[in-house]
This record gives sequence, structure tokens and C-alpha cells, in this order.
Amino acid sequence: MEYLREVLTQQVAGYDQLPEVLQIFLPMLLACLLCLGLVALVPLVAIWGERKVSAHMQDRLGPMRVGGWHGWAQTIADGVKLLLKEDIIPAQADRLLFKLAPLVVFAGGFAAFVVLPFGERFIVSDLNIGVLYIAAISSLGVVGIIMAGWASNNKYALFGGMRAAAQIVSYEIPTVLAILTVVIPVGSLSMQEIVKAQSGGVFNWFIFEPVTFLAFWVVFLGTLAEVNRTPFDIPEAESELVAGYHTEYSGMRFAFFFLAEYANMFLVSALATTLFLGGWHGPGFLPGPVWFILKAVALVFVQMWLRWTLPRLRVDQLMHVSWKVLLPISFILVLAAGTLALWREGAP
Amino acid sequence: MQVEAYAGEEMVLNMGPQHPSTHGVLRLELETDGEIVRKVIPHIGYLHRCFEKHAENIDYPGVIPFCDRMDYIASMNNSLGYALAVEKLMGLEVNERVKTLRVLMAELNRVASHLLSIGTYAMDIGSFTPFLHCFREREKVLDLFEWLCGARLLYNYNWVGGVSHDIPEGFEAKTREFVTQFEPVIAELDKLLSYNKIFLERTADVGIISEEQALSHNVTGPNLRGSGIGWDLRKEEPYCGYETYDFEVPVGLGEHGPLGSCWDRYYVRVREMEQSLGLIRQALERLPEGDVHEHIPRRVRPAKSEVYDRTETPRGELGYYLVSDGGLIPFRVKVKSPCFTVLSLLPAIAKGGMVADIIAIIGSIDIVMGEIDR
Amino acid sequence: MKQASEILQTLQEQFPDQILKSSQECLQPFVVVAPAAVAEICAFLKNDPGLAFDTLMCLSGVDYKGSKTEPERLEVVYHLFSMRDRHKMVLKVELPREDAALPTVETVWAIANWHEREVYDMYGIHFDGHSDLRRILCPDDWVDYPLRKDYVQPQTYRGMPAAAEKQFAERAQEGEDLGTDPYRAG
Repeated sequence: MEYLREVLTQQVAGYDQLPEVLQIFLPMLLACLLCLGLVALVPLVAIWGERKVSAHMQDRLGPMRVGGWHGWAQTIADGVKLLLKEDIIPAQADRLLFKLAPLVVFAGGFAAFVVLPFGERFIVSDLNIGVLYIAAISSLGVVGIIMAGWASNNKYALFGGMRAAAQIVSYEIPTVLAILTVVIPVGSLSMQEIVKAQSGGVFNWFIFEPVTFLAFWVVFLGTLAEVNRTPFDIPEAESELVAGYHTEYSGMRFAFFFLAEYANMFLVSALATTLFLGGWHGPGFLPGPVWFILKAVALVFVQMWLRWTLPRLRVDQLMHVSWKVLLPISFILVLAAGTLALWREGAP
Repeated sequence: MQVEAYAGEEMVLNMGPQHPSTHGVLRLELETDGEIVRKVIPHIGYLHRCFEKHAENIDYPGVIPFCDRMDYIASMNNSLGYALAVEKLMGLEVNERVKTLRVLMAELNRVASHLLSIGTYAMDIGSFTPFLHCFREREKVLDLFEWLCGARLLYNYNWVGGVSHDIPEGFEAKTREFVTQFEPVIAELDKLLSYNKIFLERTADVGIISEEQALSHNVTGPNLRGSGIGWDLRKEEPYCGYETYDFEVPVGLGEHGPLGSCWDRYYVRVREMEQSLGLIRQALERLPEGDVHEHIPRRVRPAKSEVYDRTETPRGELGYYLVSDGGLIPFRVKVKSPCFTVLSLLPAIAKGGMVADIIAIIGSIDIVMGEIDR
Repeated sequence: MKQASEILQTLQEQFPDQILKSSQECLQPFVVVAPAAVAEICAFLKNDPGLAFDTLMCLSGVDYKGSKTEPERLEVVYHLFSMRDRHKMVLKVELPREDAALPTVETVWAIANWHEREVYDMYGIHFDGHSDLRRILCPDDWVDYPLRKDYVQPQTYRGMPAAAEKQFAERAQEGEDLGTDPYRAG
């Protein structure tokens, strides 16, 4: 945001003469719009990408017609279709919660984009508690999901909502613990600080250190579960719960859930990139933001790859993975990271 | 909202008749306690067309298209059973070419049917890609059938005393080509799905059918063999000259959990496809010359008698009980559907499992509602 | 494996009064037994170590009304098979068309539960002692038993038309204008 303000001050004539309120407010608005654009654009590309990825894994072509080149406009066409569809609210639904739920889910994903460090200066707000903020705000989604499941007044939706709540809360714990292994050596919760700690060549990335390497996998699995992707997609397990918490949703409200899912996929990939893959660092022939997005997209691809390869776990097995496997591992990792940090401090 | 509604601990969940994984229009009433299923009550009949009443109002050959529509996934096998029963009633013997063609088509159809079963099972467990891989292969078999008799699903191929069409020129070569390219796909399927850790976790300890239960509920076909009983009518009561072919009967071994689990049943189907490919090869090799219409009677009019005849379809033993009063139309046609008998076991094996297990069990017993409801 | 004659002999020794008729000349030999004794006989057939009929292949109902050769009656047919010894047996029970009832065999073979429900659904034969004798294929409130030979299909079911619609040709013959179609030209 500081960067935006600088650009505006330097490039836009007469910006200094504006009232001070506007001087502060305009960059905020611009940053918001940019974020919103990103949140809207990322799913568009990701959904098309997922369709193509899955299609080629399954010996199909996927969308080929809309827009000409490899059906690139398919998602846009689908979005327009969803916008034009009739808005149906079940008669027995809790109308207020039913309408509110998709917005809450979407807002959770959207708000987290604020602290993503796309580049050295491309960050809306470098909060000094950035990591904590992401962990907190992205949990807003689960509230929305439970709202959706409850308000639909549908047993499948309720099942989906309950499963989602249990799953997301369970996986949040090992994930956040594993993130701590990065925070401990850096000594800061700021996203930029974490990225800066990984400067100076590829091998300074946290993924190449033993403790944080293991933490990376814990975070990857945990976040995969938090965004309800296969093999952890039990809240919307189509073969069991029809569509889980969004069974009763259609039209644009459904699209919000859909967009939020892909926005969240990108979000958790970006988080993992920031924490373990050196963020915007990369060889100099490409600018930082490009590296950042490339790395995040690569992780998104892995998520898709898993989805189109693996079957789905059962509820109890899912809980087993979280509480009996990931949680102990992450505790050990935190201990190891702390000991390592102390030892390094003590060493001459 | 009433308070009484929340007094009980259990929630009744109505699964189906419109549900992605009930394989048609099966409706299950589940009494659930959280994720645990306390009780399952299947409700069938949503696809009931009263096949048996139809059959009592139409002449013997006219019943064959109706047979096709019972188990629409394996029509060739369904009409074969009926044709054989009528032939037995009439004391009709068909020539070798017809027998070989029937075996060939039955086995091709078995492959197609098992592919569908395996593919949809993968989807039930949450894996989408094997489903499309299986359908890609199934499509090739359907193309062959289309070339053979013009239909892709409901063939009306096995007639009383013969078959509707002789194979077209080049059919043998194409079928050989399919068999050759399909064999490696099974190995690929093993890698992608059968031995996948998650897939094993989900299926290898679920839905155990014991030997005793299987016999008492007259479970047949791959479901019975999954419980470790090597019973196959093609071996035990051969028809169409199956005794002259060389093939094995795969049974469940309980390699990855208790014997008779969902995985065992699933894997019996995979192995059966291999055996079917062998049978197709042998049938193609020996295909004798002959006229496929040679023994088709001008008028099907069996003497007063009755017969219960059963054949091995991809889903198990399909029995036809025919009663003739000497007229042109059957007096009674009763169908014993293999899916019907295995579905009656569902409440017993699904009790105490989780909601997700119900899906795994229904997928593994491979039911077709068209046959259950008739 | 036992021949039909041996099985028949064993049965006749065990239940001399209950075996009403038997035939070995037809395609598949059968025994007609008294309705009241069917459960007992089935239990014997299953549990006798020499016979061991462990599976019930099929259980069907037949309505002989209107048959040119048989007297009018209802029949329940049991096709038994021993998977251990591989012999077969057909058991028949003849019943009057009114108030037909016989004991259930569901405790002998579990599958009989569903088969008997189906026979009840289609023929209205009552199985005494059955644990859950409901209609299975037709809706619970369906009237009459469809597979009886004198069944008349209702015109409506819960206000919905249930009878088959007239075929195209039939409608054309009645002079209905069906647009451009082959029946119109003639």
C-alpha cells in the first residue's frame, strides 16, 4: 500500500493537493479493488486449469470451444450462466443465514489476500502478525460452511457442515504448529520478514532445512484438508453427501462457494510459498511477483494432481491422520525448531 | 419446530432414490447416530415395470428385448439365459458356431459390465480418474457391439435357436486388437486404484460377507467368490460349451483384510476380466463355420412343461423359471435376479458401519436396479 | 450328488403323509407337499446331513387360472440346490386361489424373506410367521395383486393416470389428427 501511495504521489499530478482523508483512502480503495480483481481472476484461471488438467489426466480434452483457444473462456461462460440462473432458496431454509453463508465463506478467503507478499513492495499491508492473521481470517470460512449446512435445512448439507467443522478445526492445529517452526527461527510473524529471511539463494529457502522440510509437508497436508480437497474432500463428498454443505445452493450463491474454494486453494499455496519456498525470491531474470505466482501455481497444480489421482478418506481415517499422525509430528517439529534456535543462539 | 423432533438420538437419513451413489433408484432409509449407521432399510421397486406380466402377454421370442432391459449393463448375458431356458424347454440344440458366438459376446459383455462396475466403484470411493479410464475401454466394447448388431446397450442378439446376426467381416481382427491393447490397462488399473493405500483403507475392512451369510442369502457371482467360495456356473454347470474352454475362477483371498470384504469382491471382478479376455481369445481361435440362423424355429411353441435354468451373468446367477402350457406365449416367466438376493443382505452387512461405508458396500455388491425391480 | 429318486424316497420315508404328489418324468422332477408342512420339510431338507440343501435358488408363485391344461389354483414353487452335494430339487405347494396361506421358510434360508415378500406382493399369498410381510416392488397402497391372471389394471393411482396410454396406431385408427405421420395418409 505504501508502494501504491508512492506511485500515486509521484505519477498523479495534484495528488498532494487532495484532502488528507482522500490521500489515505484512495490507495486503500485501489488496493482493495486489486485484491478483489485477483480473487476473482485466480479462480477463473484455476477452474479452467483444473478442467484441463483433469481432462488430460483422464484422456479427454476438456473444454475446447468457448472462446476459441482451448476453451479458455469456458469459466466466464459458466459464470455468466450461474449469474443468470434462478435464485432458489428452499422453503424451509433459514433465509438470512442461507443468504449470508456464501458471503462469509468468500469474505474469509478474500480478506486473507491482504497480507500475501507478491513482491518486495507488492503487498497490501505487511501486518506484523501476518501469519497469525491468515490463520485466523481463513478460519472464517468454516463459520460460513456451518451456516450453509445448517441454514439449508437439508440433512446432507448438515452432515457436510458438521464434517467440515470437525475437519477444519482438527487440521488447523497441526498446520499452525508446523508454521511455528518457520516463525521461531525468523523471530517475526510478518510475511515479509519471513520471505526476507530466506534471501540469498535457493538453498536458504526453508524447505531445504531439515526441520522445516518436514513442516512443509505437514502444512501442505493440513492446508489441503482445510480447503476440502481430495483426499480430504469429505465435507462435499459427492458420492456420499450429494454435494455436502452446498447441496441446496444454486446460481450465484453456489458460484461464491466455488470461487471461494479456488481462491482458498491459491491462498494456501501462496502461504506455503511464502513460508517455505522463498516467497518472491528467485533467479533475477524474472521479477519477484512472477516467481511468487509461479511457485503458488505449481503447488495448486499438485493439489489438482492429487485430486484426480486419489480416492477419498473416510471420516474416522481423516481424524486419525490429523490427531494421531500430524499432530504429534508437528509437536516434535516445534520442539526441534525451538531447540535448534536456542542452540544456534548459544553457539559462538 | 417441535422439541420432540430432537428428543431422539438418531437421525433418519433418506438416501435415494435420487442419489449419486445408489446406482439407479435404490432408496435406503438410514438410521444414523452421527456418522454411524444403526439401521438400514432398503426400499426397492422404483424401477418396477412388471417384466413378468409383460412376458405373460407376448410370444416367446418377443420376451427377449424385455430381458435386455432388466440388467441393461449386461444385456447379452440376460438374453442368453432366457434363450437357453427356452431352448431347454423345447429340447433344441444349436450348432457350434452359435454356441461360440454366444460365449464370445457373453464374455465381451462381461468385460464391459465389470469395467462399468469397477469404474463407478472408484467414483463411489472418490477417485474420478479410473472411472473415465474404464469407460474409455468400455466404449471400445460397445463399438464392437454396435458394429455387430447396431445397438450399443440393448442388443436383442441371442435369439431362441440362434443369434440375430453373424459377425461382420473384420470383426475378429478388431476384437483381437481390443483384447491385446486392453490387457495392459488392467495392470495400469492395479497401479492406479487396486493397491492404492487409501482405496485399501476404505474397502479392505468393510462390508464383510461371511460364507454362511452368502449361502443363506443365496449370494452369487463375484460377490460369492469374493467370500472365498469358488463357485462359477460356467465351471459347475457348463452351458454353451464352456466346459471345453480353459479358464480359471478367481476367488477372494483376503490378502488385505478379512475375507469377503469389499476389496475382495472388487478384485475378483478385476481378475475375472483377465479370464474373460482369455475366453474371448479362445472363442475367436476356434470359431467354427456354420449358419447362425440354422436352428431358429419358425414358431416357438414348447410342449407343456416347466424349467428352471440359470446362467452366470457378470452379477451372478440369473435364473429363469419358465412354465409353458403348450401355447405360443409363456404361461409364467419368473426371474431370479442375482442383485435382488445380494441386496437383501445389505441391512445385515451395513449395520454399524459409517455412512461412507454404505456407499462402499453398495458399490462393491454391484447392483443394477433394472434387474432388481424388473 | 443324489438322484431325484433317492431324495424323493428319503422324503417319503420321513413325511409319508405330507407328500401329496411327485413326478419324475418331466424336465425337472418335483414334489408336491402339503402347505402346512412346508416349513418343516424345508428345515429337514436343509439340515439333513445326507441332503444338505443349503441354498434356495428361487421361490416363485404361479397362478394357474385360465390354464388350458391345469386345474385352477395358486402354486408356490421352491427351487432348492445343495452347493455341497450339487443336487437339485423342486418343491411345490398347491393353494386355493382364495385366502392362500402357508408357513414361511425365512428361518431356513434368509433369502426367502424377500422372495416371499415378492410373492405376497404379486399374488397375495400370505406367509404365516413372516417377520416383515410388506409389499416389496409395488407401492404399499397398491390395490390387488398384479401377477394374478384376473388382475385388472387400475385406471388411476393416487389421481395419476396408471393405465397405458393408447398407442399411436390406435389413436390414428380412432380418427385422431396426429399431424404428419404415416398413419394419417392412409
